[in-house]
Amino acid sequence: MEQTPLNLMERLYLPSIFKGMAITFSHIFKKKATISYPEEQRPFSPVFRGLHVLNRDEEGRENCTACGLCAVACPAEAITMEAAERQPNEEHLYHEEKYAAKYEINMLRCIFCGLCEEACPKDAIYMSETFAPSNFTRQGFIYSKDQLLIPDPNTDKEKYQVAKGLRELNKKNK
Amino acid sequence: MTILQIDFFYFLEKLLLIGGVITFSLIIAMYTTYAERKVAAVLQDRLGPNRAGPFGLLQPLADGLKLFFKEEIIPLTSNKLLFVIGPALAMITAMLTSAVIPWGSSVNIFGRNVSLQIADVNIGILYVFGVVSLGVYGIMIGGWASNNKFSLIAAVRGASQIISYELAMGLSLIALLMMTGSLSLKTIVEQQMNGAWGGFLGWNVLYQPFGFLIFLICAFAECNRTPFDLPEAENELNFGYHQEYSSMKLGFYLFAEYINMFISSAIVATLFFGGYDIPFVNEITLAHTLGGNVVALLGVAALLAKISFFLFFFMWVRWTIPRFRYDQLMDLGWKKLIPLALANMLITAIIILWLNK
Repeated sequence: MEQTPLNLMERLYLPSIFKGMAITFSHIFKKKATISYPEEQRPFSPVFRGLHVLNRDEEGRENCTACGLCAVACPAEAITMEAAERQPNEEHLYHEEKYAAKYEINMLRCIFCGLCEEACPKDAIYMSETFAPSNFTRQGFIYSKDQLLIPDPNTDKEKYQVAKGLRELNKKNK
Repeated sequence: MTILQIDFFYFLEKLLLIGGVITFSLIIAMYTTYAERKVAAVLQDRLGPNRAGPFGLLQPLADGLKLFFKEEIIPLTSNKLLFVIGPALAMITAMLTSAVIPWGSSVNIFGRNVSLQIADVNIGILYVFGVVSLGVYGIMIGGWASNNKFSLIAAVRGASQIISYELAMGLSLIALLMMTGSLSLKTIVEQQMNGAWGGFLGWNVLYQPFGFLIFLICAFAECNRTPFDLPEAENELNFGYHQEYSSMKLGFYLFAEYINMFISSAIVATLFFGGYDIPFVNEITLAHTLGGNVVALLGVAALLAKISFFLFFFMWVRWTIPRFRYDQLMDLGWKKLIPLALANMLITAIIILWLNK
């Protein structure tokens, strides 16, 4: 590479320093790139993999049949479950005859890869857009079924609509 | 009988003035750290700290508290006494210089004329230089006492940088002193106030532009400020001479740097920009309408405005220019600035002799 010796104006350093300072000064008046977090938030893409949600069908019955495919698919072994049989008086609660009595996801192990969502044959688990919130103890990060289930449309209609709404809105926007 | 003849009120006013100036320097140094972060942010297209208090104004308090609560680690193999003395020396020499800066003219309280300068020694500038030279000890002792090779290299670099640039600083001031004829800072300010246009045409920067430039560059080097911040180079020397320090001793070093910056700005403003002179305003006629005290306070405000501009300038340059390499730094100080300062001195001498004929 050719290195031409510096001419007098360059050797003085001062003219180029002043040019640099003018550039820096002009940055004071440009728009700032910072997003003030809790007040403004960055939009996520519709396929963003956030917290898991256990789905229900249109009548409000839980979809999950405790087949265990999500637990097998999980590369971090974060999901554990125990199955139970549906009793005759619980027909309005569960979609199939087998349901998950205990379903736990350890958020500290989960890598948010989405393989459980892909593996589920019943469209029972999907990943929403929220972050995993913070907590003080490790125990608090093991989410049980009631923390993961989508709200019941029969009892909490508004919360169900809100929870579903984001998903539907994003599907429409795709 | 002689005890009753001592003017005790003089002691009181000096004590109050000293207390006031020290508190003031500390508060300004605190908010200079805040201003540094805000100016750095604004120059880099981002917002600075704005969560602690309105507009982040309580951020320096949060930083200070954080430093107090950290664990105080003194390395086992270090020289314990010198380890503790280093930051104290840096802080003391930083504060000592503020004693001779004229902060304002004089205020008339209860019938006494209180001058707003702690000590009007008639060798003001020489005193300033003497104290700044002592500042080298703070860095050298701190770096050496840490018993750490990186700190030692950084301290040696810092010391050599400071003593090289002191020479150019002194030489650039000789030309100024030839013009003013006095070393006392108060006399220099008063001479500048007598210029035309309410004092603006008397400012020394108009008669000594090269002297000002050289002095400013040397002030950057004395404060260990980019582009001359090799002693505290964060990437090359692992944080430099204050690497082994934690908690409030580190706080003292960082604070001493900001107080040095503040004092250097004050001295530049005093020597070249008229000190507490309000430009374009004739102070004497203003004193007839507003009263002497108000004019003195306005003078203090004018000095603070000039100091703020120079502090902003320090930060502006910091975030614009990359750092000098060590040999380039020494080259600049010895081979370029000293001949320039000497040439400046000669030209000033020739012009003065020619004009006096």
